Amino acid sequence: MSVTVRIPAPLRRVTNGLDKVAVEGATLSDTLSALDSQFPGIKERLLDETGELRHFVNVYVNGEDVRFLQGLDTSTNAGDEVSIVPAVAGGN
Amino acid sequence: MAYTTVLHCRECGREYPQEPINVCDFCFGPLEVVYDYEAIGKVMSRESIQAGPHSMWRYAELLPVSAENRVDLNAGFTPLIRAKNLANHLGLDELYLKNDCVNPSYSFKDRVVSVAATKALEFGFDTLACASTGNLACAVAAHAARAGMRSYVFIPADLEKGKVVGAAVYGPTVVAVHGTYDDVNRLCSEMADNYGWAFVNINMRPYYSEGSKTLAYEVAEQLGWRAPKHAVVPGASGSMFTKIWKGLNEFANLGFIDPVETRMHLAQAEGCSPIATAAQAGTTTIRPVKPSTIAKSLAIGNPADGYYAVRVIEDSQGSAVIVSEEEVTEGMKLLAETEGIFAETAGGVTVSGLRRLVSEGVIKRGDLTVAYITGNGLKTQEVVEDAVRPVFIEPTVEAFEKAMAVRS
Repeated sequence: MSVTVRIPAPLRRVTNGLDKVAVEGATLSDTLSALDSQFPGIKERLLDETGELRHFVNVYVNGEDVRFLQGLDTSTNAGDEVSIVPAVAGGN
Repeated sequence: MAYTTVLHCRECGREYPQEPINVCDFCFGPLEVVYDYEAIGKVMSRESIQAGPHSMWRYAELLPVSAENRVDLNAGFTPLIRAKNLANHLGLDELYLKNDCVNPSYSFKDRVVSVAATKALEFGFDTLACASTGNLACAVAAHAARAGMRSYVFIPADLEKGKVVGAAVYGPTVVAVHGTYDDVNRLCSEMADNYGWAFVNINMRPYYSEGSKTLAYEVAEQLGWRAPKHAVVPGASGSMFTKIWKGLNEFANLGFIDPVETRMHLAQAEGCSPIATAAQAGTTTIRPVKPSTIAKSLAIGNPADGYYAVRVIEDSQGSAVIVSEEEVTEGMKLLAETEGIFAETAGGVTVSGLRRLVSEGVIKRGDLTVAYITGNGLKTQEVVEDAVRPVFIEPTVEAFEKAMAVRS
């Protein structure tokens, strides 16, 4: 079993239209690297020049915002679900 | 026709056609509507505005929709009330309250949804949807009913009853999600890509959010074509706060008012204050929080416009204020007892925030100040139930007089 990554619409051009991709990775960082080797360029869309997640990207592991976990060092296990979600939504 | 040209990314400037999209494909930045201000300046004037309808649609040229088939429940052009009693209490000379409690579904959300629903019809959608802390659900369901559209409203399961009923009565599908608003918002963001619905605050967000600008236009017009020295505004996602600032500056750029020197103050409650905390620390990096506040309409732990709200505070030489949970209900009661306005918890945050700003000397006695009261207290009655202390008597005059004697 591998980690499932849910891909938001703005990135599906990079993933040839796929909205879910299965990859292997022990941490979120590894998972994103694995994703990038399948679909080159996806990592630079998610990370800024300093290697941190961009301002306007939220990433969740099993529904929890990784900023409440260990960020890019958050561990990812077989069966986990990683969601990449544009941050600019909602509002009251 | 609408006086808009394209969407552009606020971060990288890339342009997009006007479609139901809200995020830049390249940097994930927010998309914003671009107006043809030169064309607007030729058709819009103080006089043309004053001849318009007594609703937010008197500013139609500055909203991103065409004039036909508006979904219109007569939102906006709400009273701007000179608050002499509250001003005296706080030590101010000139205080006004923008009373948005009296909108069709009882909050400022009718402004944004009227725009979003109109745009959704233009795009050919038949279903409106939203992620909501409550007020938005009410506005979406009401406007969908008006437009003959279906609606789905997603809310946190622990919402106040007044808001759930206030939405459900219009006949939407109410989806109560076990989680916080931020969970609801994430769920809807993932769904919006795959459902052919107009999620007003997701894929319709560039259009929707512009509706809040009318809160600025109305105040400027109602003050006699001038901007206040201070604006005190409750903060949730930060969107309304940034749009009030934008609206004031658009009016100045069009020559309707003098250049804006308004200082923008954002108020949040202690149990959820990610924007105010960042602003006070002097950073635009928002650290998300897990909300725990009775001000549920402001309980957004991961605010989409937090970054831009902090920038507005900086640009306007404003400030951020955090009030305690106790001050939320104190502010509600103070507003009700001094001015006869029953606002929801967010109004309590605003009034207590205002009180702090005055006592800290940020707002001075002679400063023209406007506080935004954005939602109705009947929706959050449970937090002030302790105000209910009736005098029980038998139906006789003697019983009444005896009870009053005991009381005094």
